[in-house]
Amino acid sequence: MTVAEAFPAAGYEAPGYERQDWREVVRVGVMGGIVAVYLCLVGIVPVFDARPLISGVISLGEAALIGSLGVTGAVAARHAQTGPRNVVTAGAVAGLLAGIALSLLVIVGQLVNLRGFMLNASPQLYSLLTFGMGMAGAWIPVVAGALVGGFAGAFWLVPVRYRSPIVRGFLSILVLGLFAGLLRTPMLAAGLGQLARFLFAPEGLTVAGAVLTFVAVVGGRVVRQRLGVQGRLDALPEAQRRRLHVPFVALLLGIVVVLPLLLGPFFAQVIALVALYVLMGLGLNITLGLAGLLDLGFVAFFAVGAYTVGLLTSTAEFGLFDLPFWAAVPFAILFAMAFGAILGLPILGIRGDYLAIATLGFGEIIRILAGSDLLKGVLGGPRGIINIPKPIDVPSTNFLAGPVQIYYIAIVFAALIAFVAWRLRGSRLGRAWLAIREDEDVAEAIGINLIQTKLLAYMLGAAFAGLGGAVFAGLVGSIFPSSINLFVSINVAAIVIVGGMGSIPGVILGALFLIGIPELFREFSDYRFLFYGIALIAMMRFRPEGILPSRIVRRELHVAENAGPATVEADDPTPDRGTT
Amino acid sequence: MNARMLERITEFAIWTFLWTFRIVIVLVVVVGSFLTLASGKYDIDTWIRLAVTGAALGSVYALVALGYTMVYGILRMINFAHGEVFMGGAFAGYFTAIALDGAGFLNYSPVTALISVVLMIVVAMIISTLLAVIVERIAYRPLRNAPRLVPLIAAIGASFFLQYTFRGFFGPGVYAYPGVTFLSELVPIPLLQIRWVELLVIVSAIVMMTVLYLFVMRTRIGTAIRAVSEDKSTAALMGIDVNRSIVMTFAVGAAMAGAAGVLYALMFRQVTFFFGFIPGIKAFTAAVLGGIGNVPGAMLGGLFLGEIESIGPILFLDGLGVPSANQLKDVIAFTLLVLVLVFRPSGILGERVTKDRA
Repeated sequence: MTVAEAFPAAGYEAPGYERQDWREVVRVGVMGGIVAVYLCLVGIVPVFDARPLISGVISLGEAALIGSLGVTGAVAARHAQTGPRNVVTAGAVAGLLAGIALSLLVIVGQLVNLRGFMLNASPQLYSLLTFGMGMAGAWIPVVAGALVGGFAGAFWLVPVRYRSPIVRGFLSILVLGLFAGLLRTPMLAAGLGQLARFLFAPEGLTVAGAVLTFVAVVGGRVVRQRLGVQGRLDALPEAQRRRLHVPFVALLLGIVVVLPLLLGPFFAQVIALVALYVLMGLGLNITLGLAGLLDLGFVAFFAVGAYTVGLLTSTAEFGLFDLPFWAAVPFAILFAMAFGAILGLPILGIRGDYLAIATLGFGEIIRILAGSDLLKGVLGGPRGIINIPKPIDVPSTNFLAGPVQIYYIAIVFAALIAFVAWRLRGSRLGRAWLAIREDEDVAEAIGINLIQTKLLAYMLGAAFAGLGGAVFAGLVGSIFPSSINLFVSINVAAIVIVGGMGSIPGVILGALFLIGIPELFREFSDYRFLFYGIALIAMMRFRPEGILPSRIVRRELHVAENAGPATVEADDPTPDRGTT
Repeated sequence: MNARMLERITEFAIWTFLWTFRIVIVLVVVVGSFLTLASGKYDIDTWIRLAVTGAALGSVYALVALGYTMVYGILRMINFAHGEVFMGGAFAGYFTAIALDGAGFLNYSPVTALISVVLMIVVAMIISTLLAVIVERIAYRPLRNAPRLVPLIAAIGASFFLQYTFRGFFGPGVYAYPGVTFLSELVPIPLLQIRWVELLVIVSAIVMMTVLYLFVMRTRIGTAIRAVSEDKSTAALMGIDVNRSIVMTFAVGAAMAGAAGVLYALMFRQVTFFFGFIPGIKAFTAAVLGGIGNVPGAMLGGLFLGEIESIGPILFLDGLGVPSANQLKDVIAFTLLVLVLVFRPSGILGERVTKDRA
């Protein structure tokens, strides 16, 4: 028995007595500096500076920079010894180091012409970092870093129960600030002009709006905790809890139905695209989420569907039969399925990671063939097929004209696919898929025919991809080989992986974030695939089950954690554990 | 009874399908080659030219394929970001070349040009190695014991991260490599129509592959790498630093890819942020072709793929009356990938992979 065990109160473990682990703090600070400089040079800070978050106060780019300094400070402080002085100093030191990195960037940038090869090392960036003072303001990032880092470190001094609400408060400012323009337009139209102008600037929140948001969110969370709402909810029997969800679900459905009517044509186009990706994501969700087949050649079947519709319906040069759109859709699905069978039969015997590369190859083959001179006489080569009729032929004054109808069509199909996927999951076939996903050898041993079962999943995914392609052809009214690119496959795969494999709400959320935001905001569309990259790595490292995982996947991936240190969890003083 | 019937029918369908597939491919190759050769449209000079280009291209693929194969050998994982490491090398070489060109060194004489190329390759190797080590540390090491799809998805993420980081840094434009006049001249060897740049690519690839082979086979670190790819836990018990061996594998593979990036860019004279993607997949094809996990196999596979890609479109397709057959060279490469995966997953010289779930 050591002294500390014998005399727990003797102060051996007391804060402040042990030496601060400065090496860790310095390491975090340097990493934070690298991240901050990276954000500047890769262009996120200067480009996003154009979009105000709180009008006239802070832009999204500045928020990213301050956020990186703040996270640096907070992480460093977390590694520090407890005790108010230690925590704040650790945060401040780490922030200071990150700030020094930024000032070095300014100084080096003023002395050497980095612009020669670094696109974003522009005078605009330097003036952003130094409040327009140039070299004379090189100290500014250092001081700012230390201040922000110190404040972020002090965050750990806030009582535990307020921490999560505060983080949520900041996040809601971020989200509302982004979507301010989107919320403002319908509010103005609905006669809430006063309120809209009070809360939202044309871009970003107003100061009053930001403060109000923060106070409302933090207050709401704290009150909720005080009343123990979550605890009482958890205590309710399952059936009653379900009933409580009904109004929310109904409200959500209502919003989904009326959304395009409230927004302008631009937004209608965006949400139509989001809906289309939800549809395709749900299709891939069967292949990838249920059967565990990583298909990076989704675009191949998308192309088959789109070109089938194009060939069958187009009234222009390459159209064959002038069929109406709806008569062509079944053929699109059937052909895509047949292609799925033809491509799937030979390759489904190979192992998962090889399958990914082989399907990637298929996607490329189809793309090249679609644009090649070989098939130019049939598919039109680079000129593509034009004049594909709209699915619902209404005069342009009708509310269903334009992308709105595609939105509704995609939503209906997505609901259909979701229903099919949901019913399939519990079926014999669905359980066979899950078994294959978990362990092929065991699945084979218990009598599942691997090729047959995988082929079914692959063909179903292909069918829905073909449907997606058909709807896409209807949305755009034409189909070109340039629309058939790898990024369609990557988008769909990223939606499913980030949202949560096998989870239907996850796919919807993934499509909203990964398709909706880049389509809405020009700044994001330039950095879309950078964010995908970061999101995929972060997801795999910290949350491989996705944002909104299906319950089964979550249970599987966290078995060890749940079974292991249960005592630690019980001792955890955080009262709002259930809410996170 | 019913289920068994269905199973038999599927099996029969697959069997028929695979055989039809084989027969069609063989027919296309044989008939196409015969018709092309019989038409006499192309003389021997053209074929030599194509073979030389193919050899140069193939050496680059072989260099990149080494990285795939070594990483696969040690971690059983497809390093999807390897193509971007290759691209990073090409960018590093570009900026070195610009600096040297600005100083007037690059085109001063053939000797300075050669020295410049060596410098470019060295810088590219350093930058590529750095990139690969960072990616390994951030994206792969924490996932080493995760299910197989998890590191693959992280690798795809890393690939996009690197591509768009370069796009953010240097913009979406195409950077034209500065011209080295003497490299585009023909080597004065009769009959063999080889340009200096191709000779340079082939020779440096051979030199580097030899060095790599000796490194893996003869040095202590190389032995450690081989031991770790054989069996990680036993290697650890023997006192080998597993992490260090893995990092070394990434570093060596990346150095080869960086050099390959410069060589490839010297041939095609341009570089963009997206430039590593397709060569990356093709080099992976080469690695599979040679037998993944097998170092000499990767070299052989690379060369074979380069030749097929260069000669194949004209030899196989032109005779069949396919217009602009060269558009389809990537189709041939990817079809080859699928063919190898389906019919001989062990590659020319490799281990068996279909059923292996190590």
